[in-house]
Amino acid sequence: MSEARLQRVKDQDRRLIEIIVDGWAMSAMEGDTVLVAILAQRQLLRDAPGEPVGAGFCLMGACQDCWVWQEDGRRIRACSTYAEPGMRIRTTWPDHLLAS
Amino acid sequence: MARSSARILIIGAGPAGLRAAEMLAEAGCSPTLIDEAPRIGGQIYRQPPRVPGFTRTAAELYGAAAERARDLFVTFDRIRNRIDYRPSSLVYDLIDNRVIVASEGKSEEVPFDALILATGAMDRIVPAPGWTLPGVYTVGAAQIALKHQGATIGKRVAFVGIGPLMFLAAHQYAKAGVAPVAVVVPSRFRSFAAAGLRLLQMPREFSLGLHWLLDLKRRGVPILFGHRLAQVLGEETVTGITVRRRGAERAIVCDAVAIGYGLQSETQLADLTGIRFAFDPARRQWLPESDPLGRATGRKDVYLAGDGAGMLGADAAEARGRLAAHALMTDLDISHVTYRPKADLETIARATQLQASLRAAFDLPADFFAAVSDETILCRCEQVPAGELRAIAGLMGAREMNRAKSYSRIGMGRCQGRMCGHAAAEILADKLGVSLDSVGRLRGQPPIKPVSVGTVAERKA
Ligand code: FES
Repeated sequence: MSEARLQRVKDQDRRLIEIIVDGWAMSAMEGDTVLVAILAQRQLLRDAPGEPVGAGFCLMGACQDCWVWQEDGRRIRACSTYAEPGMRIRTTWPDHLLAS
Repeated sequence: MARSSARILIIGAGPAGLRAAEMLAEAGCSPTLIDEAPRIGGQIYRQPPRVPGFTRTAAELYGAAAERARDLFVTFDRIRNRIDYRPSSLVYDLIDNRVIVASEGKSEEVPFDALILATGAMDRIVPAPGWTLPGVYTVGAAQIALKHQGATIGKRVAFVGIGPLMFLAAHQYAKAGVAPVAVVVPSRFRSFAAAGLRLLQMPREFSLGLHWLLDLKRRGVPILFGHRLAQVLGEETVTGITVRRRGAERAIVCDAVAIGYGLQSETQLADLTGIRFAFDPARRQWLPESDPLGRATGRKDVYLAGDGAGMLGADAAEARGRLAAHALMTDLDISHVTYRPKADLETIARATQLQASLRAAFDLPADFFAAVSDETILCRCEQVPAGELRAIAGLMGAREMNRAKSYSRIGMGRCQGRMCGHAAAEILADKLGVSLDSVGRLRGQPPIKPVSVGTVAERKA
């Protein structure tokens, strides 16, 4: 499923940046949260064995449904973290965690 | 102690926290204002990021409340250099007279002599089968996506729930070109209309509500009073909903759902202070208790302001912020400008009346919680169905929420019961045939939101 979940309707004239999601370059807009950056192009934030699939729920840092991984294995809350150029995100377990 | 050097801490930079900060700053204090968000405003006046390309005006963002929002922002700019403002900072614990704050991956202790809690509110959720599917969001989330990011949660969005904020959000979506496929309201139209007429005494709110309603009608959005959400449909993502009215079901195609049954106060931090809570039968929630000016019961150094101390809305929150700051300065002998609480107390009285009318307008069917099926996931973090809570209800002393939590895992997950706690209490009370207050409430526990072990360990110098 590669269809977008969220729809951009306002303030779309922003500088484009690039983030890396699951090893693939993905363009985002400056000021996007990680959640919006990903869900403006995909259906899910997280699709990992043993973890509930997720696309976020509250968008205000309360439900904790929007966790994704950074490539170093640290988790971030996608609804309250801004996408930064070059940021490397995983929507499933980072390889080194899967292997172990 | 030179009183103006008292260490005053405000938590939350929404309308309540900002007005408290303003009043303290004007009196020569320099309070510390800690907020989880990167910019001030709280959820209601949430701002887009400070990035070129976000060009919407206050009028576009906040509609009828634009003037109030603008005034708050201007006020903040004026006092900014006189206060210790800490954005993007999460208070996750409170011990005696200090809080533990996480920011940028590090923890720091901030001690206080007096504390104003302005922690706000969030959506109240009632689960339905399928509500954990990706594509289901809170009404608050639907609004934040639009306000903060200029995006909508889907292309064909169904709104489900009660309360003015849901209608406002639906209206804003329609205006942004994403007309909701339906607005589903479990309340009966009869009670809505009857209570609505009572609102005639408040012409501003009445005409605003009417405007949203008529605008949705004009755009052809079906508003389904007396309908309940029966199920959210879909395998991997939302593909529709079914709604039920008197046994008859019908399906509505959509790709996103916004759910919200009004708002509930965020009380976890208040809980950690050890102040007294009292059950509010009207709001059906245990709330931290205070005197009319916001002095908490049980601790001399804690004050309450805004929707965190019972939902009254943004205008009342500003009033309560000022009142709390006034009470605090009076108690600490800090001389401040002559301030007469009368006008603010009137604002609060009016908001209280408005909330009562709204509750009457949006009454829920008596069997609303009894009707949540056993198979319905209640706790989304731990994936616990409602039937599991019902099964342990009353067993081994599980007549109370915290006991029920330890037996069923409900409320044990990452969100600490923020999403399910309210519905779980209603379902437990209903199952036991007792009143809601007698099952108590889930206790807030540190960390009140998840922080990584690294963040806890990494102390700021
Ligand atoms: S979506 Fe709820 S915490 Fe991010």
